[in-house]
Amino acid sequence: MISWEYGVAFLILAPIIGGLVAGIDRRITARMQGRVGPPILQSFYDVGKLFEKERAFVRASQNFYILGYLVFIIFSGALFFAGGDLLLVIFALTLSHVFLVVGAYSVTSPYALIGAERELIQLMAVEPMIILVSVGFYLATGSFYVSDIFSSTQPMILLLPGIFLGFFYALTMKLRKSPFDIATSHHAHQEIVKGVTTEFSGSTLGMVEIAHWYEAVLLLGITWLFFAWNPVVAVGAVVLVYIAEIFIDNTNARVKWGFALQSIWVVTLVFSVANLAFFYIG
Amino acid sequence: MELLLFLILFPLLTAILCLALPEHPVRRWVIRASAVLIGGGSVYLLTTAYNKGSQLIEIPHEPAGTAMLVITLAIALLILYLGVRYRQPVAVALILVQTAVLLYFELRYAPALAMESNLFVDEFSIIMAMIIGVIGSLICVYSISYMRCYHEHHPEIEDRRRFFFFIMFAFLSAMFGIVFSNNLLWFFFFWEVTTLASFLLIGYSRTDEATKNAFLALKMNLLGGVAFAVALLYIGMIGAPLGLDRLLEAGGAVALVPAVLIAFAGITKSAQLPFSSWLLGAMVAPTPVSALLHSSTMVKAGVYAIIKFAPVLAGTVPGLMVSLVGGVTFFLASAMAITQSNAKRLLAYSTIANLGLVVACGGIGTYEAVWAAILLIIFHAVAKSLLFLSVGTVEHQIHSRDVEDMDGLIVTMPRVAAMILIGITGMFLAPFGMLISKWASLRAFIDAPGGLVFVLLIAFGSGVTLFFWTKWLGRLITRPLVEENVEGRVNREELSVLFVLSVLVIGVCLLFPWIARVLIEPYILTIYGHVTQLGQDNVLIMILMLVMILVLPLTMFYFRNGRDRRKLDVYMGGRPTTTDMHFTGSAGIERQLALHNYYLEGYFGEGKLMKIGVVVAVLLILTMLELVIVPAVIA
Repeated sequence: MISWEYGVAFLILAPIIGGLVAGIDRRITARMQGRVGPPILQSFYDVGKLFEKERAFVRASQNFYILGYLVFIIFSGALFFAGGDLLLVIFALTLSHVFLVVGAYSVTSPYALIGAERELIQLMAVEPMIILVSVGFYLATGSFYVSDIFSSTQPMILLLPGIFLGFFYALTMKLRKSPFDIATSHHAHQEIVKGVTTEFSGSTLGMVEIAHWYEAVLLLGITWLFFAWNPVVAVGAVVLVYIAEIFIDNTNARVKWGFALQSIWVVTLVFSVANLAFFYIG
Repeated sequence: MELLLFLILFPLLTAILCLALPEHPVRRWVIRASAVLIGGGSVYLLTTAYNKGSQLIEIPHEPAGTAMLVITLAIALLILYLGVRYRQPVAVALILVQTAVLLYFELRYAPALAMESNLFVDEFSIIMAMIIGVIGSLICVYSISYMRCYHEHHPEIEDRRRFFFFIMFAFLSAMFGIVFSNNLLWFFFFWEVTTLASFLLIGYSRTDEATKNAFLALKMNLLGGVAFAVALLYIGMIGAPLGLDRLLEAGGAVALVPAVLIAFAGITKSAQLPFSSWLLGAMVAPTPVSALLHSSTMVKAGVYAIIKFAPVLAGTVPGLMVSLVGGVTFFLASAMAITQSNAKRLLAYSTIANLGLVVACGGIGTYEAVWAAILLIIFHAVAKSLLFLSVGTVEHQIHSRDVEDMDGLIVTMPRVAAMILIGITGMFLAPFGMLISKWASLRAFIDAPGGLVFVLLIAFGSGVTLFFWTKWLGRLITRPLVEENVEGRVNREELSVLFVLSVLVIGVCLLFPWIARVLIEPYILTIYGHVTQLGQDNVLIMILMLVMILVLPLTMFYFRNGRDRRKLDVYMGGRPTTTDMHFTGSAGIERQLALHNYYLEGYFGEGKLMKIGVVVAVLLILTMLELVIVPAVIA
């Protein structure tokens, strides 16, 4: 069931797609704010420059943790696109984020620590919804394997509308968009400075950026599964979802972490129960 | 089979030797040698019995039966005496009721129910025996140096180490008794011995708090004991078989009432809500006691009983109640763990939560659920014993068991810190054991009736579990101050026990496909006729992940030795800082940087959640008992 060639394709193509998405994101964001915005390829220039910078660190071990973060993000994405078990993909993704959090802990910096704690709150907030997404797919298709879900001829979005809405809500946090970008911020002049990534610089920060690209592609891949029965619809839906996230990002101010946690849990509970109950009653 | 008798009786012999021998190197060697023999014996049991299925062993009821009755009565008298002396009317009442029920059963029904096959061994008992024999005796070896250190640190506590080791080994003996008993009367005898043993160990220090908590544990477990005794009485009244094998075979209506009563006893023993407080209170005991109670004995006896009766509970409403108690306990105990900074208390909540998952699986009782439950028991035992013992070692060095005081442990005690890291990751991260089991139980729940509730509890429970483990993990590797390595002060024997347990945590993860195939699956197959497996490619992927995690730390050599690197201080909002983490605060006062974790009291406050949990669990348990007792009384 697992086709590793797709995993390898993910390994090579995902940073290209992810980097482009990030570039387009910045361009659209700029237009929404009435600016011209950077070139589409700006994200690649940025990361390229990061790798040329001086290698400065606070603790030698921080590089190791960030490497672990990147490696396991790639691993979980590759497993997803290879058609593996969705739950295992989720667990590997969780593992990778634990590496990031622990990396932020290791530097022993007040700003990084706040970022780490909030990153953990984010993980705690989103984990139930992500698990329920896979449960939803299982109930709808009878399989946890991405390959089976992907090749299902039924429109998942019609079977799992509640799960999709809950996932969409949580996706804002996963993509580190306002109002749920509580663990880090795109601009270093805010109260938590750069949160989790405060003490990372140069190639270490570059690895974090690349990991974000991989993760974005993985998340869009999960979005795709809801529409996988028709590739044309799927492309449209994924684009629309991402643009909607950009729009939300630009029209909302960051909320307090308590509200973020509560609201995501309530949305998760309400929408998934309403949706999944059908499979148990019917 | 002599081996079973050896495993039950030899620890008892060691116990008596420990009581007789004074504090002398000889006693230490007796403990070490016995530990090797007990551990070796249980491994030998594995090698001889693993492919033979369930074997009944014929051992006459007498004279063992009479000896057990005498000991039971002696225990009752002891509890009665202590209850009166410490003014514990509830404990006195419970032991009186229990003894009365038992005596009535012994006199009225027991002779008619006499049986030949009093002992048995199957794959599940082998697994339990391995846990008790290997982990239990490792804990005893660890206790040698721990207890010496304990009494050096607490001169005010009377040194009763002879008594301590007597109880520890007697505990192991009783646990072997539980997992090998086919006669439910024998089962009950050993069950009561573990209740008494944990009572005496929790009260070891004889402080007011210890005495109070010991009685709390005693009362709750006696309540379970009463239910167990009533189960025996019911078996006698309706003339059901007293043998575990025949009772499970009869199944259905005959076995349901005893099964539910014994499951209730199991809920008390495995500290599920509303009985969780006794296990939380038990942490006043010396740390090896906690390790023993949490990993290889006591609470494991509770879940063992529930898993044993899982086929009877499967698909029944009372069974659903049992699993709901477990599921609610899993979620709430995990959530309450977030607010804990006391490492032992945090570990206690995590134990309660994980056992909740096992109980939930047992109540569901499908073959997939039981598969997951047994896996959970194994992984939990190994990882939790490692964590408790490591915390004990750390406590003796830094004089605190608070997670907040453990920062920089990776510098001050790198090896112990690494072992705690292994234990923590073993508890919640892919690809380690507990996660595999959680995964398996999630799959089991999805297809079960009413599964949505359990799926939700697991989904949210995983989120909070992730939170409290990771913030402890992070604390170990933050380094506010440059401190010296003090690991040399740790006793070498303690360290080697920790090392063996760490190897076991990783080893069990690598070996789990084999454990599942050789032990768990044959057991499930015998009972249910079909069996579940994790997909072959998933197992491969898990092992690949494990290898990646083990290899990744090697990159540290590269990052440490890179030449073109510059070390910087942390960003402190632009304030002048020193390398030892002092910074100039407002008005020019120099302060030291202090970092603390989040505890989210407002959201997961212990008081609030505990109240909810107790109310819900009491309602569930009352419903469960009513559902079986009312029809039984009417009939």
